[in-house]
Amino acid sequence: MAGVNAIKGKTRLSNSNLLFLIAAIIFVLMYLFAIILYPGSFLQFQTFFDLFNLNAPLIIMTLGLCIVMIGGGIDISIGAVCGLVTMACAFFLESGMGSIWGAILISLGIGIIFGVLQGYLIAYLEIQPFIITLSGLFMAQGLLTTLHKDPINVTVPAFVKLRDFDIVINWLGTRNRLGVFIPCEIKPGTIIVAILLVILASLMKWSRFGRNVYAVGGNANSANMLGINVKRTMFTTYVISGLTAGIAGFVYIMTTGAGNVGNAAGAEMKAIASAIIGGTLLNGGVGNLLGAPIGTLTLLVINELIRAAGVQSNFQAMVSGLLLYFFIVLQSIIMSLRDKRGFKMALPPWLSLSGKSQRGR
Amino acid sequence: MMRSLMKRFSHLFLPLSVMALLIIINLVKGADYFRITMVNGAFYGNIPNIFFGASELVILSIGMTLVTAASRGQDISIGESATITSAVFVQYVLQANEVTLLTILVAFLLSSVVGLALGAFNGTLVSIFKVQPMVASLILFTGGRSIAFMIDGKLSPILANDLSNKIGTVIPGIPIQTPIILTVIFIALIAVLFKTTNLRLYVEAVGTNPNAARLNGINPKKVIFLTFLIMGFCSAFAGFIAVNKAGRHDSVNLLKLIMMDAILAVAIGGNSLNGGKFSITGSIIGAYTIEMLNRTLLRLEIEPAMIKVFKAVFIIILMVVASPVVRASITKVVDKVRGKGRGASAAMTVKATGDGEKEE
Repeated sequence: MAGVNAIKGKTRLSNSNLLFLIAAIIFVLMYLFAIILYPGSFLQFQTFFDLFNLNAPLIIMTLGLCIVMIGGGIDISIGAVCGLVTMACAFFLESGMGSIWGAILISLGIGIIFGVLQGYLIAYLEIQPFIITLSGLFMAQGLLTTLHKDPINVTVPAFVKLRDFDIVINWLGTRNRLGVFIPCEIKPGTIIVAILLVILASLMKWSRFGRNVYAVGGNANSANMLGINVKRTMFTTYVISGLTAGIAGFVYIMTTGAGNVGNAAGAEMKAIASAIIGGTLLNGGVGNLLGAPIGTLTLLVINELIRAAGVQSNFQAMVSGLLLYFFIVLQSIIMSLRDKRGFKMALPPWLSLSGKSQRGR
Repeated sequence: MMRSLMKRFSHLFLPLSVMALLIIINLVKGADYFRITMVNGAFYGNIPNIFFGASELVILSIGMTLVTAASRGQDISIGESATITSAVFVQYVLQANEVTLLTILVAFLLSSVVGLALGAFNGTLVSIFKVQPMVASLILFTGGRSIAFMIDGKLSPILANDLSNKIGTVIPGIPIQTPIILTVIFIALIAVLFKTTNLRLYVEAVGTNPNAARLNGINPKKVIFLTFLIMGFCSAFAGFIAVNKAGRHDSVNLLKLIMMDAILAVAIGGNSLNGGKFSITGSIIGAYTIEMLNRTLLRLEIEPAMIKVFKAVFIIILMVVASPVVRASITKVVDKVRGKGRGASAAMTVKATGDGEKEE
């Protein structure tokens, strides 16, 4: 058993690790480049922490999405679910009888409901994940506008306290022009990101479930023959993704403090892009969860760089596109080079997102 | 005779039954659903409006069907490609001193060239670099609208000339709205293309098994590249219609999120999103069905905020009914019922599947 695991696991994981390594190196280079260009702002620790503080929801969503993508599926409903959660929480907190614990329960509940529904339809009824999660997106958006159309600013004192709560690191900080020492601040969202990252990464790396996800994403048929419960594994990945979307929603409202129709709109595409930059392949079977924050941060550093350069905001989207182009081509070239050296992937690299229609027939 | 017909059109069963269901709902709501009125020498009414509204979606879903069939993935940048091509079109028309038919034609050809180039960009990534189509088109999806905005130079330039107006609405003397005519012309062009060439066979072969296709002398790279080129032309054509309909080029909202509807049209049309055999007729009917669904929800006076929820529920029910697991269990149940009555032959089983779905 151990021998089989070592052979099968090693080729698969080394592939994941390679892509992760590329992403990490590029991120470090990018950040060094930013520091050289703008030493005043990027050399501050606070700038680095702010990347986490302000974008914690996106990183959390990317973590969940990465698991689904490693399992060979896709979930495009996460952004809309996140938005729905923010609005539901704001609505609940402002309704007069809301409490923070209730809001947390609501956000987790909404996430899990979406995850379970979509997971059941995709895994057990074998419907294409794109269509189901697309209708999940429609449904979440529709429920969001049905719930409340105007922005809700949460004014519950307990929540405002939580929103403004910062963890101050006294020994780390910078002096401003007047020489006043300003310590670094970390939002609770960053802590949640760190905790989730550790939990989910170790889950994927060391637990039986995590290895099953890699096997199912690599080749569902072989996984089925090995005795892995393919359907349950896929189902669980969608539940996790829904759950992370719910958590992301709560972190979002914890950061901004308001429920809005436009919250986290289009975040699914950003999350997909981050996951790809972080080294997760849409085919499934390849990826490293540590790449999720790396991918997100790379995308964000680019955006920050463009903003710092004072270029028109239009360029931001175009440069993001170019960056994606660069990464995709790089990944493709590396994979094909490895192919030539006798490395065989279980699936052709262009296989669609859900190449499991043959399963079970 | 009947049986062979049923076998041939069995893939159209899903979209047609959905359409029938929608028509029934509409008739229950009001009996005047099919009424067509003549305003200023052109037909208006519910049915012409559906044809009018769905024209871009139909064209895009044709391209999407081909891309899906050959490359086993979806192009999500079609709306953005159409925005870029129509920006080029608008800029050429606006810089002309006098807008004649020739100007429009040259502008359209120019935008088609841009569309082909965008298709080639996606196609190169997918066929040569072997990137999944959705990832490859994510690039244009991210940056496309910004490119269109830069071509525009300013916010939403207005197409205020007589000819564009005619293309967007009606030409005096012809009772049918021009976008409908253009769509019909496009469908005819595609039909001729498929009748005269081997494209259908090649695309299906590549989509079913690229390696087997390659061993049989079909170059999968070329075929996939070609489908993306066709997709590019489709988006140029759709952008042309959309911008003339709207009368102004709004690079932020033009054909926004239409790829979702196009992919949905392909799926409702009975096509597998995993490539292989495809039916363009199914996709066309699927596209009209989606437009009909949108307009039905409006007609039922559902609160605008709730429309998306209803749409989602409708799609989910549709996909559950059409899913392989449910289909198999229905066949089993129907087989059992039939087997008790008389010996069920294999041919009857095929028919039974159809009957089983009808009961849903």
